[in-house]
Amino acid sequence: MATLFQGVGAVTPFSASSSLDSNKLLLPSRKSLSISDSRGSIFVYRSDALNLKAATRLQLSPGHQKRSPSEDLLLHQSRGSFGAFGLYLHCLRIAYPWHELLLFEALREGLEEEMERDPRVCVMGEDVGHYGGSYKVTKGLAEKYGDLRVLDTPIAENSFTGMGIGAAMTGLRPIVEGMNMGFLLLAFNQISNNCGMLHYTSGGQFTIPIVIRGPGGVGRQLGAEHSQRLESYFQSIPGIQMVACSTPYNAKGLMKAAIRSENPVILFEHVLLYNLKERIPDEEYVLSLEEAEMVRPGEHITILTYSRMRYHVMQAAKTLVNKGYDPEVIDIRSLKPFDLYTIGCSVKKTHRVLIVEECMRTGGIGASLTAAITENFHDYLDAPIVCLSSQDVPTPYAGTLEEWTVVQPAQIVSAVEQLCQ
Amino acid sequence: MALSRIASSSHASNLLKPLSTALSIRRLISSDSTVPLTIETSLPFISHKCDAPPRAVDTSASELFSFFRDMATMRRMEIAADSLYKAKLIRGFCHLYDGQEAVAIGMEAAITKKDAIITAYRDHCTFIGRGGTLLEVFGELMGRICGGSKGKGGSMHFYRKQTNFFGGHGIVGAQIPLGCGLAFAQRYSKEENVTFTLYGDGAANQGQLFEALNMAALWDLPAILVCENNHYGMGTAEWRAAKNPAYYKRGDYVPGLKVDGMDVLAVKQACKFAKENALKNGPLILEMDTYRYHGHSMSDPGSTYRTRDEISGVRQERDPIERVRKLLLAHDIASEKELKDIEKQVRKDVDDAIAKAKECPMPDPSELFTNVYVKGLGVESFGADRKEVRATLP
Repeated sequence: MATLFQGVGAVTPFSASSSLDSNKLLLPSRKSLSISDSRGSIFVYRSDALNLKAATRLQLSPGHQKRSPSEDLLLHQSRGSFGAFGLYLHCLRIAYPWHELLLFEALREGLEEEMERDPRVCVMGEDVGHYGGSYKVTKGLAEKYGDLRVLDTPIAENSFTGMGIGAAMTGLRPIVEGMNMGFLLLAFNQISNNCGMLHYTSGGQFTIPIVIRGPGGVGRQLGAEHSQRLESYFQSIPGIQMVACSTPYNAKGLMKAAIRSENPVILFEHVLLYNLKERIPDEEYVLSLEEAEMVRPGEHITILTYSRMRYHVMQAAKTLVNKGYDPEVIDIRSLKPFDLYTIGCSVKKTHRVLIVEECMRTGGIGASLTAAITENFHDYLDAPIVCLSSQDVPTPYAGTLEEWTVVQPAQIVSAVEQLCQ
Repeated sequence: MALSRIASSSHASNLLKPLSTALSIRRLISSDSTVPLTIETSLPFISHKCDAPPRAVDTSASELFSFFRDMATMRRMEIAADSLYKAKLIRGFCHLYDGQEAVAIGMEAAITKKDAIITAYRDHCTFIGRGGTLLEVFGELMGRICGGSKGKGGSMHFYRKQTNFFGGHGIVGAQIPLGCGLAFAQRYSKEENVTFTLYGDGAANQGQLFEALNMAALWDLPAILVCENNHYGMGTAEWRAAKNPAYYKRGDYVPGLKVDGMDVLAVKQACKFAKENALKNGPLILEMDTYRYHGHSMSDPGSTYRTRDEISGVRQERDPIERVRKLLLAHDIASEKELKDIEKQVRKDVDDAIAKAKECPMPDPSELFTNVYVKGLGVESFGADRKEVRATLP
């Protein structure tokens, strides 16, 4: 049942000439249909160059190694109006130039564009310079911008995070990379006391336009210490903003928005999502840091999720749709503050909420979100909010055990069935 | 001059003033003269992996005079803060700097306002040195809106962006990596300025210090780490906390200098030397051998871990203000009376500032939510260009 994501690039050949290939599956997000609003925010998800039936078959067979994670986003079948709509999107796609890349490349593109645009933007972290970044996010940047702008730091998270904050106080815009989010626990004092609070305690004199980013979440048998979800620990710190990216499109947009923001932003990436492939627009775009993303509009139930769980939810959505349910899936993206506007509109429509997250049960993002929704939208709820989160255990090494610490699509399906009774 | 000494009452002195000026022996140096003076520091510098600067310090009469006035202001301010704390007008933590004034003043004399200073929580006097006013200090200490951080920071959070004073930090040692970040930014922007990162002997045992030192030395950052060694880390003496209390040597590959922190001229010389050195060779450690008369904070009497004899002994022999007073008198720059007048004036200034700060209002409750985020409260959803507000989240 574990969905093992692997690099699509390594898996299937992508034929560049097949731009009009009818096998291509085009999956728009409803919100993006208004072109005037979000230019080029139409998502295009690529199949494994197989036909739909084959793709469906692949999806339901567990343990299939070489599969594109983007297949989990197939829901066109339920939509019915695919044919005409697909043609419409084909036309749009021709009108708007796109290029395809992996999530870490999208992050790098966003980073590079911002470094080009503003000479104050600099990167610091372990192995970001000459090595190119442990997840290749900063590959090639040190050669281009020099060692001072893409700084290889010693393994001293507390002090290089502090250094980044000190530099930010003077007006530089550093991006501090934690090789794994878990290591940033060592820098917690700097992040909490200095990063979050300096703007307040100095009476507004200093701004800290720093971006702290890194991969977190449960990976592939990485062990307990390297599978931590730090969103829950950081969420109470006043003064910081937290966002979690999940697709190459929003990774690039959020990276750019985070760099341009005057507030300290923590950008949570996920270890398993770095090799997601997607087509993103060629033109420059910046996303909003405080907005949630409507992944799949629906009527019966609101499913709130973020980061990797988005894909589990979409996979479960496929099953749910076959069973006749119509879930509305929202990728909350902004973990602090919550986009209660989008969430509220959704709750008012569906009256049922399911939160699916990878955070721990106790004190996690889901717990806060549950509280926030209950406080604000209590009257609109027909059923208690159900929150599916990871088990409150250190992530075990054994593969089967690790699967069970994280929420799986089958659990999501049964939770929805129970809620919608 | 002799006549003016006899006249002790102010009324009498007013009468005698014109007489005394007529009859007085013309002073060798007047108090506002900028004629250079060279004075030797009382103790030699002890160096580690570098050449010690010369003991002869270039100064001038006006500079010495300003030292006296500024240090007297700082001393008076700290004593006044003591009484305000006991009167419960200042709450929470209050860490007083009296005894250590020479470090703040000497450092200011050697550098410009473009150089950055960052220190820990014993920051009232450093803030004054960087151009803060007495009103801002007392306003902040009493939590009023006229305070330096609008009453939201408190004793441990004084900042002054325009003169590059970066605070004011409550967590021991956390300011050291920040200081290296400031130095990094200076190197990044290719400014010819340095950063003085102050910490205490207690913080000298923190790992972050060595991490930051390693990075500063690796990248030749213009960071000068100044250990204000007042020999007690909170309530623990340095010999009980540090295996090697020679803090200037603990940088290992980083050159260090041990300075008599109670001698303002020695501090000035050392800081000048450090600035020149840091711009060329990278980081440096300065250990200022100083002393605080008060306890660690106002909740610490300061006498449980050291004897009163020790405190009074230091006050008699090494007090920074007394030292400058003796210099001023010895070089005939000012008279005893003038110095006393200055102290009276300082006392008046401090009292005025306190009175004014007391009248200042407390911050409005709406101020609770300002300055948490830079734009709005973080509960507004902005468009992609981050300029227009799309929705206000409930």
